[in-house]
Amino acid sequence: MVWNDVVAQFGPSTIGGLAFGSIYALIALGYTMVYGVLRLINFAHSEIFMIGTFAALFVLNLVDLSAPLSGLALVGMLLLLIVVAMAVSGGAAVLLEQVAYRPLRRHGASRLAALISAIGASIFLQELFALIVIPDVFHRPQQGGRLPVPGPRLVNRDVLFSIGNANVRTDQLIVIVAALIMMVLLNQLVNRSRIGRGIRATAQDPEAAVLMGVSIDGIVRLTFLLGGAMAGVAGVLYLMEFEVTNYFVGFALGIKAFTSAVLGGIGNLRGALLGGILLGLIENWGAIFFGSQWKDVIAFIVLVVVLLFRPTGILGESLQKARA
Amino acid sequence: MGGIDEKPRGDTAVTDRVNPRVGNLAARVRRSVSDASDVLWRRWEQAARWQRWLVYLMLIGLAIVAPSPVIGSFMSPFTDWPSLLFNPIGVYVLLALGLNVVVGYAGLLDLGYVAFFAIGAYTLAYFSTTYGWLFWPTLVVGVTLAAVSGVILGAPTLRLRGDYLAIVTLGFGEIVRITAVNTDEIGGARGITNIPHPPNLFGVQFLLDPLPYYYIILSLIILVIIFSIRLERSRVGRAWAAIREDEDAAELMGVPTFRFKLLAFATGALVGGMAGVVFAGKVIFIEPNNFPFILSATILAAVVLGGSGNIPGVILGAFLIAWLPERFRGLAEYRILFFGAVLVAVMALRPEGLLPSRRRRAELREGSGGMGRLGGEVGCASASSEVISAEARQ
Amino acid sequence: MSRKRTLAAAAVLLTGGLVLSACGGGGTTGSEAAGGANTVKIGFAGDLTGKNSGIVIPGRNGARLAIDEYDATNPPVKVELTEYDTQGDASQAVPVLTKAVTEDKIAGLIGPAFSGESKAADPILEQAKVPNISQSATNPGLATHGWKYWHRIVANDNDQGPAVADYLIRTRNAKTAFVINDDQEYSVGIADAAAKEFAAKGVQVSRDKVVKGASDFSSTVTKVKAAKPDLIFYGGYAAESGPLTKQLRDSGVTATFASGDGSTDQTYIDAAGASAAEGAILSCPCVIPIGAQTGRLKELADKYKAKFGSDPEIYFSEGYDAATLFINAVKAGNTTPEKINDYLASAPPLDGYSKTIKFKPNGEVEATDVFIYTSKAGKLAYLGKSTDVK
Repeated sequence: MVWNDVVAQFGPSTIGGLAFGSIYALIALGYTMVYGVLRLINFAHSEIFMIGTFAALFVLNLVDLSAPLSGLALVGMLLLLIVVAMAVSGGAAVLLEQVAYRPLRRHGASRLAALISAIGASIFLQELFALIVIPDVFHRPQQGGRLPVPGPRLVNRDVLFSIGNANVRTDQLIVIVAALIMMVLLNQLVNRSRIGRGIRATAQDPEAAVLMGVSIDGIVRLTFLLGGAMAGVAGVLYLMEFEVTNYFVGFALGIKAFTSAVLGGIGNLRGALLGGILLGLIENWGAIFFGSQWKDVIAFIVLVVVLLFRPTGILGESLQKARA
Repeated sequence: MGGIDEKPRGDTAVTDRVNPRVGNLAARVRRSVSDASDVLWRRWEQAARWQRWLVYLMLIGLAIVAPSPVIGSFMSPFTDWPSLLFNPIGVYVLLALGLNVVVGYAGLLDLGYVAFFAIGAYTLAYFSTTYGWLFWPTLVVGVTLAAVSGVILGAPTLRLRGDYLAIVTLGFGEIVRITAVNTDEIGGARGITNIPHPPNLFGVQFLLDPLPYYYIILSLIILVIIFSIRLERSRVGRAWAAIREDEDAAELMGVPTFRFKLLAFATGALVGGMAGVVFAGKVIFIEPNNFPFILSATILAAVVLGGSGNIPGVILGAFLIAWLPERFRGLAEYRILFFGAVLVAVMALRPEGLLPSRRRRAELREGSGGMGRLGGEVGCASASSEVISAEARQ
Repeated sequence: MSRKRTLAAAAVLLTGGLVLSACGGGGTTGSEAAGGANTVKIGFAGDLTGKNSGIVIPGRNGARLAIDEYDATNPPVKVELTEYDTQGDASQAVPVLTKAVTEDKIAGLIGPAFSGESKAADPILEQAKVPNISQSATNPGLATHGWKYWHRIVANDNDQGPAVADYLIRTRNAKTAFVINDDQEYSVGIADAAAKEFAAKGVQVSRDKVVKGASDFSSTVTKVKAAKPDLIFYGGYAAESGPLTKQLRDSGVTATFASGDGSTDQTYIDAAGASAAEGAILSCPCVIPIGAQTGRLKELADKYKAKFGSDPEIYFSEGYDAATLFINAVKAGNTTPEKINDYLASAPPLDGYSKTIKFKPNGEVEATDVFIYTSKAGKLAYLGKSTDVK
């Protein structure tokens, strides 16, 4: 490994890692919120993200963009996409909770059963898109449901400014800034608003929360709604950045996003942000030295090492009081 | 013993009375199925020793004649039944029995179990093609290597609790697969071809006919079943139960929890490695993509679907998960869609699995049992609020 | 709890079981009834419902077209095509094909389509002495097992990788190349073969690998940018090569992008976007009857379009030719697997749509032509044979 190579690759890798890490972080929020309230790994959350990318694609196809946008038109379009994708993904997450988790919760089932239900729901949603939604709604040939579905170009890839040898492009900046804004908004909502207090109360002590008049079902639904909406935003940003999606897109990202959530401290909103961005950076930095094929291995080894020293992640569990 | 049996059944009755409005089809089916299995279970508990042995022998007899075409024509009209009996059915059953030790007995969530399967398979593939090792000694080596890797994975990570362990094991499974993909010494992405078959045994040739392999895996399954039952009823099994139900309490009572968790991990890994060696001995060719994460998830689903911790349940679960998609090949591409839906439906109707053990079921009702209840106290709270609202109406 | 309810539950379960078994039973008799005395069963095995079915189904359509045409002439012995869906998965291919040879008693097989499943399932065909012709399994290792019943009608990756490398060196005057592949069996094989040829011809090679299913290739793009190569060769499938091309172009990499048959597909162009894919060099050991081609191939393409309502795609003509080989064997009076296999070895060269087909003793086809395609204005375009194109 030539030192010059490392120097040449460091800057661009960092920008790429920041942009992709922001998407990890947005998806990680959904895992972390559901875990904080229900202590459940919502395995089907990756599919909620996948649905978000398709919701955004659907709108873009309707609008039928002829050329990339810029300025106010771009902001307006992004807002439209985000609102639609938040609604669709949030709705899908609430529906998922209703169908796959609520019956189990009612019967006081084990969390293991919920995990299997989640895996089942995940398989079902993937196949639903591959077999029915993509061919019918997105007008692909019947066997084309498993192929990548391309989207139009929304933003031009102009270089905005450079830091050293690293060019920062418009699309990358939008991803990072939009993700940060959404996370700040969510953090405010959870920490400052009335319903946010309900979420925190439920996460801390569900029984006391019930006695205080909090509707548990309402809070759970809200948690899924918010987490799903964040995955919807991630879907929009993903589609804008990569301009292609497929029925399987959530799988790899979902595992990484969950890893991010655990890395930062699951149940902790700021932990999800930190974990996501760290993971994106570490993967890209590691790839400089070891090659891109080792990205996942690097990510998991870092996770194990962090957990050995901080068993509840970097920032610890804090949506609820830390449960040892 | 009867007490444990009575308590959860009493619970059902209470819920029934409190919720007369729960007359919808799903709930009714759920209750009927669970009642039917209760009746069967009680019969089984009361049966004399010789009656039970008769049933065991009949089951083994059934397994021996299972590959016959008469059974096959119904069980698998679309593919070769004896081949299916070996892989996926036999392999899944063996893997599920191994994972059952980890998940069902010790209550540890392992999402990377496929790693041990891969280690076993690669052991045979590598040593037999490179050094010409024979099948049977390599089986021992593969099993040992898998168990050792279980200890290597477990030693640093088993101090983590529940879900942290889950993500770390998931990572381990992926690390093993990615390392295999990127290590040219063991074939890289191309995998290993021309893995030799086992040598003749009692004059039986091991070639491509799946039958001899089926009988090998069947004997291993019986061996593992006996081993599992002995373990569960030993001091070790009691320690696992204690850890599963309340790890802190177990630790306080002087159970060396870490050591027993490690033992569970190694035992599970050992069985996984065993399945891997036998699998590689049959299939001639293995590649890293034979060992994806989704296989870990599938085996876990088999264990939970059947009834985690209960051997007949685990076998039933693994059998159904392996067999159903093949049986319904007629549905073509939709069969995986239905498979996903069935998983959700079964968990909703019977969250404790199809054939849960009594003890396990009681634990789940209580909310203990390793993984704890969904939502910790939330599920509990909403149930009690339901009771309150129902009482208010009366 | 009452006994009544238990009985009701048992009744529900039983009825369900009966209904299901009735469905299954119906299906079986249906397929059995189809095989008559004067019919030879030919199988088609490959991924018909899985992730890569897009490059297998055209071949299946080709085989079906050829066989339907033959049967429509009311020959004394008809040919029946039975489909075996393996989802491209070795562990499914084994039981499915075991059944094909033991119970369905097929006389020949087109496929298996991919190399991985071929490695696992071909020994079964070999033991059962059923001749098989793969239209798209390009792994070089398949020919090294001494199989007597195995054939393929396309050049292998050891031909294709170097052929496209040579073409690139000849036409692009390249000094440096960057070879990338994903983690799948096919991808490594073709990328290694191409890299070896580049190195042998004095082109300096750098490499990186990506992961199947990945979406962010920024670390690979960064490496390519740092290496500033004259050309890029990618071994792998369209799902990754498309987005990778787009991300390379977005970061200002202008070097020629080349890839093998895994990406020679409209899917690649769609996923990369027309402007990013423009001018990409795509190779295939297959002949796809598209666009500029005329004459016989055009006729075939029109027939395909009339029957299946879409433009013919990759490995379609090879599927047609493989089926024609079996049909010719039957026409010559061979109806048993052994005799068909003898026919395949001794028959005169077939002037097929894809190439002139004559098998070597190891089952490889003699003509190892590789063809070059490109992306022009968002469509796949044919350039010609790799040794002829300018």
